[in-house]
Amino acid sequence: MSKLSRRSALKGLVNGTAVTVALPFLDCFLGGNGTALASGAPIPVRFGTWFWGLGFTPGRGVNLAKTGKDLAFLEECQALVPYKDQLSYFSNFNTPLDGKATTVHYTGWVAARTGSVPNTGGDLPAPTIDVLVGDHFGAGTRFRSIDLSCTGNPRDSYTGRNTGSRNAGEVSPLGMYTKVFGPEFADPNAATFTPDPNVMVRQSVLSAVGEQRTDLVKQLGAADKARLDEYFTSVRQLEQRLELQLQPPPKAEACRIAKSPGEQPMGTELESVLVNHELMSNMLAMAVACNQTRVFNMLYSQALSSLHRRGEAFIHHTLTHEEPLDPKLGYQAEVAWYNLRSFEAMATFIKAFASIKEGDGTLLDNTLIYANSDTNFAKLHALDGIPVFLIGKAGGKVKTGYHIPGGGDPISRIGLTVQHAMGMEVDKWGTQSMQTSKPIAELLV
Amino acid sequence: MRRILLALTALTALSACGPKEPVVEAAPPAMRRLTEEQYRQVIADVFGDDIVIGGRFDPINRSNGLLAVGASSTAINGSAFERYDGLARSVASQVTDRANRDVLVPCKPADAAAADDACATTFFKNTGRLLYRRALTDAELKTQVALANAGATKLKDFYVGLSSSLSAMLVRPEFLFVTDTLEADPSKAGAFRLTPYAKAARVSFLLWNTTPDDALLTAAEKGDLNSSSGLKKQVDRMIASPRLAVGMRAFFNDMLAFDAFENLQKDPVIYPAFGLSAVELAREQILTTIIDQTVTTQGDYRNLFTTRKTVMSAPLGLVYRVPVSQPDGWVPYEFPEGDEHVGIQSFAGFVALFSHPGRSSATLRGKAVREILMCQKVPDPPSGVDFTLISDSHNPVYKTARERLKAHSTDPTCAGCHRIMDPIGLTLEHFDGAGQFRDDENGAAIDTSGELDGVAYTDAAGLGAALAKNAAVPACLVKRLYGYGTGRISTSAEKPILTYLEERFAKEGYRVPELLRDIALSDAFYQVAPAADAPKTASLEGGKP
Repeated sequence: MSKLSRRSALKGLVNGTAVTVALPFLDCFLGGNGTALASGAPIPVRFGTWFWGLGFTPGRGVNLAKTGKDLAFLEECQALVPYKDQLSYFSNFNTPLDGKATTVHYTGWVAARTGSVPNTGGDLPAPTIDVLVGDHFGAGTRFRSIDLSCTGNPRDSYTGRNTGSRNAGEVSPLGMYTKVFGPEFADPNAATFTPDPNVMVRQSVLSAVGEQRTDLVKQLGAADKARLDEYFTSVRQLEQRLELQLQPPPKAEACRIAKSPGEQPMGTELESVLVNHELMSNMLAMAVACNQTRVFNMLYSQALSSLHRRGEAFIHHTLTHEEPLDPKLGYQAEVAWYNLRSFEAMATFIKAFASIKEGDGTLLDNTLIYANSDTNFAKLHALDGIPVFLIGKAGGKVKTGYHIPGGGDPISRIGLTVQHAMGMEVDKWGTQSMQTSKPIAELLV
Repeated sequence: MRRILLALTALTALSACGPKEPVVEAAPPAMRRLTEEQYRQVIADVFGDDIVIGGRFDPINRSNGLLAVGASSTAINGSAFERYDGLARSVASQVTDRANRDVLVPCKPADAAAADDACATTFFKNTGRLLYRRALTDAELKTQVALANAGATKLKDFYVGLSSSLSAMLVRPEFLFVTDTLEADPSKAGAFRLTPYAKAARVSFLLWNTTPDDALLTAAEKGDLNSSSGLKKQVDRMIASPRLAVGMRAFFNDMLAFDAFENLQKDPVIYPAFGLSAVELAREQILTTIIDQTVTTQGDYRNLFTTRKTVMSAPLGLVYRVPVSQPDGWVPYEFPEGDEHVGIQSFAGFVALFSHPGRSSATLRGKAVREILMCQKVPDPPSGVDFTLISDSHNPVYKTARERLKAHSTDPTCAGCHRIMDPIGLTLEHFDGAGQFRDDENGAAIDTSGELDGVAYTDAAGLGAALAKNAAVPACLVKRLYGYGTGRISTSAEKPILTYLEERFAKEGYRVPELLRDIALSDAFYQVAPAADAPKTASLEGGKP
């Protein structure tokens, strides 16, 4: 890594003149654990989440009798077979409630993502794991996080810092394209770079906004002060992003500019969801490869999944409760059909990352994806054994291809493991009975 | 002397109608993020309807039935700020573009390619007062002008500089948060009161859902809002204004959780008549009916649940299966006697909103009536329940929703809540998932009998009559309007003021404008004290006129 600081390297280059410079990677991309590009430059590690609602049918997802390297997928998870060696599955990790009431289709995903059981529906008692990892990564990419939802509703996004600070999802493929690959996108592999003077003005405007403190704070209570603090943090984040836009972006060998997806129908009709999910998955993977973000969240279906097929009266969620068990099959056939689609979608998402070559491996090798649902057996709202997958090798920091049975341990152990894999110095994570200081050591390299 | 007499007259007028307003404990100040509707309305009021606000807003959490309450606890995080920044740049650019600058910028620069202190000062002094809901401080004004000058100099364009500075103002917390500011109350030692500016904002967002206009700000600056007569003069003016309809439309849109229309989908195969245009029209039909009957004609609020009068458009005519002679726009319409569309809770928008994409839901509808119209909390469903008994809608044993839910209610953990939801929702089962009338389900006749808190009925008209007579319905409106105005959850200490307002509402014939007047003229509505965990040296400078 060059000793040349980025600021000094760029000094004098931001007056609108086209320049050609070979730039070092930003320090903050590295985290000390990246592998290397062909050029020898280290590759950043990324983290993201993928969510699907309503779990799967017990006995039809993963063979619980096969543990360790014998991970074996059953009917509903067949789409994951090609990626068996690139992910691990976690069974029988539980959600102890400590006497709190369950809010169905809510408590489960919150506990799995925050290490804490919510007090009520709507309560987000702690930051979700992607927010913690994002804080650890800090600034350094255009977007602190790219959050996507395939249901057409920005509220369907399971990421946030607290109850009052939830990250809304981008719901439109075209909206995502415009945001990431639109006019403000700077091709990292372009031969020349011309800083935009309008961005300079914007940056100075935001700088003024951030520096100008407000008298409002003087009469407010702690909660409102915290909201103002978050506001000013947000201003600084955008200002830093603009600062990055004034600098030539670091090279990204795997980066290819995505094509515009055009206007797409949105909503919870399954056909639309599948199309939008695939479009956004591919664009997201390329956005990550182009160093636009190191953190991302993708929601395929809500916890109370309202996915439905055109012409069918029942949505996925109501089917899980109201469809009778097929006496011959021994399970809910319609629900199983939806579950199959969920894991096909998960495979589509994995493929998007696995098919991008990066360094000696793939983008997936340098990424860790925490994929979870809200419940185990949706028919009974089962919170114990919520299915969780860790996908990707996190730049070589985690082993893959395992089935790890939890033996009833709190589900927060998986989240703690993620944080260790991301290089975070965290001794313990979670609250009350969910608090744990035991990462899954056998998975960490 | 004249002022004192007027104030006494006003007080006498209020007290003559019933018991004296109870004294309530002061509540902590609120810091409310502008809702999407407020943002849009403020921009339209300050810069005109021609300014296009495209793109989505980051959602606000609904709390205690209202986005307006959730706005007091919703932060502006990175994604929200990013959207506000985009909106701000778009608005600012339109305000200063060639098509609008001559109207919206009240001066011309000496040189359009250079900075101009005087013109920038004039612009921000006027505009800033409306956006910040108070006069700008000298320091704030200097900052805005300096930013405009820096941008103009850098990009050699006065208007581009003005635009960049305006975009900064539109992302400042002083604009995005409506914050209660306090001052010492000279009439009570050690007590606080809202500053006149904060009072103006509170009453303006209650009545018009927008920033205070010049007249209200001027009244605040002159100290008029600290007197009963001065406040009454402004409140009367605002209630008499056509803008009250705009404000109340926003309130009912919030109270009825109609933001959910933005994501409402109906299966086009099952409900071909209920396309995207019908979704928006179905919402508009209900809101127009509400405003016509509560604001325009100042009718009894309870009549909303028994009314047959509404408006109809051609696309909605397909949903209701009624002929509409006029192809575009709205026409007055009255459902005939015998038709079960009686009251807004039976209109297509309401029953379709609280349904699934491909079928009706007696439970969702019953829950909506209890929670939205009656302010009663229905507990979340228990976990670990086996719904097998409900079976599917094609089950030959359980053909109708009533039969399925009856079977389901045999589970004692479910029965309690379903007992209060189902007798309401099942009565609306003659309306399918898109609000179209049907007699039967799977060939079996639908039984629409039900009961509400001991009042039995046989159909939707009976449900409407029961709602109109139920005391919880007007009490809910009082609670929601008060919470909407203060931006907070009503505390138990505020129960007496709510009871007082309910009694006045009843005596005034359940007329919404009168209820608004009572709220806006009550002392309790403006009763605020510093937050318990605020610094003891709380500054009182924030909102002084």
